[in-house]
Amino acid sequence: MDLKEKLLSSFLVFENQSEIDSYVSDVRNDAIKMFEKKGFPTKKDEAWKYTSLNKLLKEDYSVFPKQENALEYRDVEKYFIHDIDSYKIIFVDGKYSSHLSETTHDGLDVCLMSAALNKPKYRLVIENYFNKAATTDSLSSLNTAFSKEGAYVHIPKGKIIEKPIQIIHFSTGNESATMLQPRNLIVVEENSHVQIIECHQSLTSNPVLTNSVTEIFAKKRAIIDYYKIQNDTQEASLIDNTFIKQKQESIASVHTFSFGGKLTRNNLNFYQEGERIDSTLKGVTIIGDKQHVDHNTLVHHIEPNCESHQDYKGIFADNATGVFNGKVIVEKEAQKTNAFQANNNILISDKATINTKPQLEIFADDVKCSHGCTVGQLDESALFYMRSRGIPEKEAKALLMYAFSNNVLSSVKIPELKLRITKIIANKLGVNIGFDL
Amino acid sequence: MLKIENLHAGVEDKSILKGINLEVKAGEVHAIMGPNGSGKSTLSSVIAGKEEYEVSEGSIIFEGEDIEELEADERAHKGIFLSFQYPVEIPGVSVTNFIKTAINETRKAKGLEEMPAKDMLKLIREKSDLLEIDRKFLSRSLNEGFSGGEKKRNEIFQMAMLEPKLAILDETDSGLDIDALRIVANGVNKLKSKNNAVIVITHYQRLLDYIVPDYVHVLHDGKIVKSGSKELAHELEEKGYDWIKEEVGV
Repeated sequence: MDLKEKLLSSFLVFENQSEIDSYVSDVRNDAIKMFEKKGFPTKKDEAWKYTSLNKLLKEDYSVFPKQENALEYRDVEKYFIHDIDSYKIIFVDGKYSSHLSETTHDGLDVCLMSAALNKPKYRLVIENYFNKAATTDSLSSLNTAFSKEGAYVHIPKGKIIEKPIQIIHFSTGNESATMLQPRNLIVVEENSHVQIIECHQSLTSNPVLTNSVTEIFAKKRAIIDYYKIQNDTQEASLIDNTFIKQKQESIASVHTFSFGGKLTRNNLNFYQEGERIDSTLKGVTIIGDKQHVDHNTLVHHIEPNCESHQDYKGIFADNATGVFNGKVIVEKEAQKTNAFQANNNILISDKATINTKPQLEIFADDVKCSHGCTVGQLDESALFYMRSRGIPEKEAKALLMYAFSNNVLSSVKIPELKLRITKIIANKLGVNIGFDL
Repeated sequence: MLKIENLHAGVEDKSILKGINLEVKAGEVHAIMGPNGSGKSTLSSVIAGKEEYEVSEGSIIFEGEDIEELEADERAHKGIFLSFQYPVEIPGVSVTNFIKTAINETRKAKGLEEMPAKDMLKLIREKSDLLEIDRKFLSRSLNEGFSGGEKKRNEIFQMAMLEPKLAILDETDSGLDIDALRIVANGVNKLKSKNNAVIVITHYQRLLDYIVPDYVHVLHDGKIVKSGSKELAHELEEKGYDWIKEEVGV
């Protein structure tokens, strides 16, 4: 039985088990039909031309982890950014881990998707927001059909949340190959501000495939900073589908740091539904071996006087492959749009590949849109300059690569997080030098 | 300290240095002058270990050791410093972080611990004062958007921080106004001692009014065609290089 069939038959069991009000049930049923119709994307789909899921889909995944896998904090401590006071929503093999988490209902909701889906008091929120941003592409539909658990964050009006929220999905892989489908919903009401750090971490050498959907709603003048740290093991693959709907004057940023994983696909979609909205999409990718990272971004400018800023840096070694496909749509009504897009890449080896493709569809006539992509190597004259000052080759290269990524890193607003990322980069590049600037 | 014998070097098939002989002892200042294209910058790059140049013949002995097989960073660890004619811009790396990394990597290579942050700060303060460098300047990206004078001052600042045994100043005077020239030269002179040596590579004599050489060598077509005392520099300034060409019969 292939994975699609397995998922379809599992759905029947899944639907029977859940006691769910009809709204969610209808959404799930529509979604599974959509998935059944579309199937997994193939390289024939324009958006998947450079990323093949073929090999990944051949694994015999366990779709519903059967065992409860308790984790001790000390075993996973290093994956937390523990020197900051934060809320924590932690999952182990798709199930909520209460003893690793620190949630709240005190003036804001930082809790679980399962609670939001099941409890009557959340019904209105669910009916207003659940699956209202996600598209009906096959992978998002698949996630929607099986949506059950994940993070649920609701920030009421006028709240500045000082503590960042850490969302971590651990997989223990006790059941050979595991497929996970976390579903997150983040609603930030007017004038509120929140920072979220998300990561997926496998603790096993067994294959893990995560197909995640995160829906984010930024209401009027809300501010959201979302950080994704993708530093998973080389047996773990991630398809991240993130959808952000912004209302007027809201400011939302997503930073994606991709260092680990076997195959990572980021589908990041911004929809600007109001005036004077600011959207930022930034990423640093540093990969080697046979790793593959694909950034597929969309910014949909619908209303006038909005801005979007995209800046993606990629460094590819060994046989690694990268993809950047950045689409910007500026509707006819969206006059005075400022849309910027940059994708800069460094290929460290002859066998590394980057496919980069900007796509601009502009229907308004009074806009400022720019895009640029570069592919190059490390600057030899800069390397000689550094080495002539006593900095060895490896360290000199690392410093240059760090400097190359610095534009993106410098806009990370949580200092402890920036430090963590810096350490991951130093570790990834095999050097022990301070990059502090 | 440095002994170059019959050095032949070039890029790919093009030979540039065609038999250089030069001996520099501790405490000495040597000036190497010559017209454009005579091989001055190639000589400095070859001594510093730039990979694209190939040494086909001859040897470079530094402190009794043949350094031909050493990488540029290993030569730096031994105490060779090259002040670049065109310092490279490195956006995203600050002057301070760069020099800290350079010093600590050099210490690491010598089996020493990293320099404590407090000492590093003190050293940076002391040396930036010596070269009249504004503190704000130190947090800027290395050489990015620096004026010609700032770049050269920054080179000598790095030299002051690293305290090399042999400093090669490649056209350090180009792009400097008279005030900057004086500051840079003053910095170099203060760093001079009987234990280190300086090679000044220059097209013009004016830097040599400030950094006074013990020996002046004239480089032409990849060879040192004439050597003399500091008066030779004045003579070159007055008569130009054609006079040398005639005298040595090239």
